[in-house]
Amino acid sequence: MSKKIVIIGNGISGVTCARYVRKYSDYEITIISYETKYFFSRTALMYVFMGHMKFEHTQPYEPWFWEKNRINLIQGKVTTIKSNEKNVMLEDGKSIPFDKLVLATGSKPNKFGWKGQDLKGVQGLYSYQDLQLLEENTKGGIERAVIVGGGLIGIELAEMLLSRGYKVTFLVRENLFWGNVLPKEESELIMRHILVHHVDLQLETELKEIVGDEDGKVKSIITSKGDEIRCQLVGLTAGVSPNIEFLKGSEIPLNRGVLINEYLETQVEDVFAIGDCAEFVQHPSSDRRNIEQVWYTGKIMGKTLAHNICKKPQVYNPGNWFNSAKFFDIEYQTYGWIFPKPKENEKHFYWEHSNGEIAVRFCYDKNDFTFIGINTFGIRMRHQAFDKWLNEKRDVKYVLENLASANFDPEFYKLHEPKIIEKFNIENNTQLKLKKKSWKILFNSK
Amino acid sequence: MENFIQFQINSMKLLNQISVFIFLIGFLLFTSVIFLGKYEVTEKNVSEFLLENDIKNDTIQNGFISVISKTGLKDKIYFNQFKFIGDLQFSITQHNQLISEKLIEKDGIVSEEIDQLYIAIQKEGKINYSKEILSQIFTEKKQKLLEEQTSWMFSSEKQYPDLAAFQKDFETKINEINGNIGVAYRLKNDAYALLNMTQSFNEGTVTKNKGLWLFLTFGLITIGAFIYHLTNIKLLGPKGIKNNGIFQNALTNRGWLAYLVFGYLVGFYIVLYFFPYYLNNLVTLVSPISESLSGNPASHWFLYGLMYCFAMTLMAIRMFVKYRNNNYQILRTSVVLFFQIAFAFLIPEILVRFNMPYYDFKNAWPLDYDFFFDWNINNLMSSGKVGIFMLVWGIVLTIIIVPIMVYFFGKRWYCSWVCGCGGLAETLGDPYRQHSDKSLKAWKIERWLIHGVLVFAIIMTGATLYTFFSGATSLFGIETYTLQKSYGFLIGAVFSGVIGTGFYPVMGNRVWCRFGCPLAAYMGLVQRFKSKFRITTNGGQCISCGNCSTYCEQGIDVRAYAQKGEDIVRSSCVGCGICSAVCPRGVLKLENSNAPKKIDDNPLIFENNMFKINPSSE
Ligand SMILES: Cc1cc2nc3c(=O)[nH]c(=O)nc-3n(C[C@H](O)[C@H](O)[C@H](O)COP(=O)(O)OP(=O)(O)OC[C@H]3O[C@@H](n4cnc5c(N)ncnc54)[C@H](O)[C@@H]3O)c2cc1C
Ligand code: SF4
Repeated sequence: MSKKIVIIGNGISGVTCARYVRKYSDYEITIISYETKYFFSRTALMYVFMGHMKFEHTQPYEPWFWEKNRINLIQGKVTTIKSNEKNVMLEDGKSIPFDKLVLATGSKPNKFGWKGQDLKGVQGLYSYQDLQLLEENTKGGIERAVIVGGGLIGIELAEMLLSRGYKVTFLVRENLFWGNVLPKEESELIMRHILVHHVDLQLETELKEIVGDEDGKVKSIITSKGDEIRCQLVGLTAGVSPNIEFLKGSEIPLNRGVLINEYLETQVEDVFAIGDCAEFVQHPSSDRRNIEQVWYTGKIMGKTLAHNICKKPQVYNPGNWFNSAKFFDIEYQTYGWIFPKPKENEKHFYWEHSNGEIAVRFCYDKNDFTFIGINTFGIRMRHQAFDKWLNEKRDVKYVLENLASANFDPEFYKLHEPKIIEKFNIENNTQLKLKKKSWKILFNSK
Repeated sequence: MENFIQFQINSMKLLNQISVFIFLIGFLLFTSVIFLGKYEVTEKNVSEFLLENDIKNDTIQNGFISVISKTGLKDKIYFNQFKFIGDLQFSITQHNQLISEKLIEKDGIVSEEIDQLYIAIQKEGKINYSKEILSQIFTEKKQKLLEEQTSWMFSSEKQYPDLAAFQKDFETKINEINGNIGVAYRLKNDAYALLNMTQSFNEGTVTKNKGLWLFLTFGLITIGAFIYHLTNIKLLGPKGIKNNGIFQNALTNRGWLAYLVFGYLVGFYIVLYFFPYYLNNLVTLVSPISESLSGNPASHWFLYGLMYCFAMTLMAIRMFVKYRNNNYQILRTSVVLFFQIAFAFLIPEILVRFNMPYYDFKNAWPLDYDFFFDWNINNLMSSGKVGIFMLVWGIVLTIIIVPIMVYFFGKRWYCSWVCGCGGLAETLGDPYRQHSDKSLKAWKIERWLIHGVLVFAIIMTGATLYTFFSGATSLFGIETYTLQKSYGFLIGAVFSGVIGTGFYPVMGNRVWCRFGCPLAAYMGLVQRFKSKFRITTNGGQCISCGNCSTYCEQGIDVRAYAQKGEDIVRSSCVGCGICSAVCPRGVLKLENSNAPKKIDDNPLIFENNMFKINPSSE
């Protein structure tokens, strides 16, 4: 009889893990999740609200996929884990035995104990249920919404609400939008764009209190500056934290998340954790944070874990950092590391188009010019190229000269690379020349 | 400042709403033109009609006039064209019947003669049919006719065991001979003839004020659409992908409005293909335009061509506004619009003006399925050097240019940059692209259907060429003509027209291109197995959101490849580039390149220098 693997959570990490376990082995696979029966793409929730897609479209696999790949799906909530007896208990009293258990339970929105945070019309945006709640909370239309917390989910929520013609006030605690990630110029570029979309952006402003009416519905909020803003919806998007409430009291050691080692194992045998809910005791890659709540790492962890369970265990190695986002109409991509302020050995080079909506920033070692990272706004760049150049530790001049080969914009787009190089040459007194686009650059090894 | 912006937006909104109103009025008037005829058949306009159509024959004229006097059609004024056309058809049938009967009496083989013949040919229990016997019974003229038609039945050629067997053959022939006698005096009753007649007998307001009505229909529609799209530049907000509300709108989410459009389109195509005479008023309306181009009055195909160009132009403006952030879309839309207006519409008309064959230089076989039909080949071959050039060009286009271009650029060079069907799909159909079915099942059906049509087209054309060169009318027992007719009806009219366009609002804008077009099937094979074209996915950047798959008009589950980091190499991809445009993470790029295609798991996200994944698919 084949062994049983139980995965809690059907998000990207749990599902990726299941898919590869099926590919590598004959395990009996069960995924338990309470949010929805079928896996959907959380990152696409906004497009459902905006009417770009129906909810079905966010599901990457058709329903037959699961049966065909012998992956059992249970929609239900796990309340307790009995790691000694090797089974998990569901809310409805059922118990499910396992040989291996994977925790992939994701995150939940942060709530900081604001006064009025449980009023009707106050909500976060994380789950399918949140999406439904948002529909309910905006039923019949609202006039104004206030969004608290200037991260990626906050700006997505702003875009969602604007698309339906509601006015949006956006409270950001810092003096820059997403200032803990973006350098000042990029943050300003995005803030200009936010204003173009008629968002009432309030910097250095925090939520103090949410005021309700006699029906327990939100009526207004009061900011740290003492202003009262009338609104019918409050979106709480001040970050997320691991969704591990139900694990408290189990034998599995927790900190902010489920603690794991470099093989993605918890300290309890045969129990593993991946994705948003996992926290490394110490991340095997020194440049990484111990909790990384992004889609891509969930995916890489899922696959790595499947490998580790079915084959010879390997240390988790996510490779070079990359990420992307979209701020209204401006796309953002990043490869390698680039911090708001250059570190001591680093230097930044920044170019911005005169229209103020396109920009790139390079980070490199100021002594030997080794390329360290890039931010791009309004230009698409080829992941493969930068991954290769980072691995090869190319210097920034090489990267700049070959930038045309890395460009990933659609055909017939204007190439900004000559302008970028021109500026670099002026600032650094160099004579770099843009090379023609070449496929060989992308495929030859150093 | 704030107030000023608000004021600006509000006035734009108002203008936007007014433009919708203008458009709808124009559209309503356009539709009502169909019903605005006033029809009357008089002695005068019958003789005029016959004259115009080069029918100089008193028998016909007098016969028809006496028939319509009897049927009551004569001098009666009709405002209801359905009733009119019904009565007209009835009168024509009557005329044809009467005239045949009369002429057979005079020139045909009549039953007394036949009876005499039957007695004469029976001798000693044998059938003896010969030239002599004919001369005993028939006049010289009829003798000749019968000899021509039945000499193979002479006893010197064929032995009949008994009279019944002889009668069977003979009577079939007699029917044929008699049938042919009336032909010259009959009035045609087919769709073209009826359209022609209804136009001649129409004296409605539209025929008298064409300028005014052109303005009230095409004019208002154009003005409305134009203002609508231009105001949207402001109203849709900063440039970028604006798909807001598509799945919340009755027009674009298969709501009642979509079904209304569906009904209208399907109805229009059915009338256009099978009952064009009901569009006589519209055809008359656009006739001046046709005359100015080709020198000939408009046919319903000219009307269709003109409407096609209008629809594409107005919806192309919508594309320019909607995708004004995307040069690929702007260029592609401009080029496909150019090819429609210049190559499919203007050049053929102008060729006709200079007495050259009507020819669309970009229309390649097998999409242009009647290219090798004998009438076309004969027509081209008899049109001097130009005709020969067209014939050679058509062949070169299909067997050399098409595959070479597909090799370098993918089939997109044709399907979304040149082709008229593709052009309409990409403009008029763009609001419906999200309805293509992405399921695996639909993909299976697609492959069977489209390759089935390709095989059908090849067999049909093969038979046609065989007939052309050998003179035989059938191949393997199947009549070539039957093959051509059924292809024309099933594929040419029903599939590519009624379903292909009529079903936009419910099945998406590329139903024909995806499931039916034999040229697409042919190019698809080249694209799949031998082409530099692919859609590259950007490493590990995909977040599986599904925008690309949702907006793929060809029903390709783009995300299935993108999330695995695989290139998209699919025979059905027409390279419209919308997946790349709507992707919020910059994952997709249409490329022609020599680089190897990535069609297994992308090492970037999965291999991470750690383990290699076996490329067998999941
Ligand atoms: C609106 C939004 C936009 C985002 N956009 C991006 C983006 O653009 N790029 C990016 O990199 N990241 C983005 N993220 C973050 C990304 O979605 C997450 O990092 C990722 O989904 C985490 O995946 P996961 O599999 O770890 O967990 P989740 O997707 O959260 O899945 C966890 C699942 O576990 C289930 N579960 C939890 N507890 C239990 C229990 N006790 N019993 C049963 N089931 C349980 C839940 O039902 C849930 O479905 C976004 C997040 C949100 C909310
Ligand atoms: S649109 Fe882009 S991010 Fe979304 S699924 Fe397609 S390729 Fe992936």
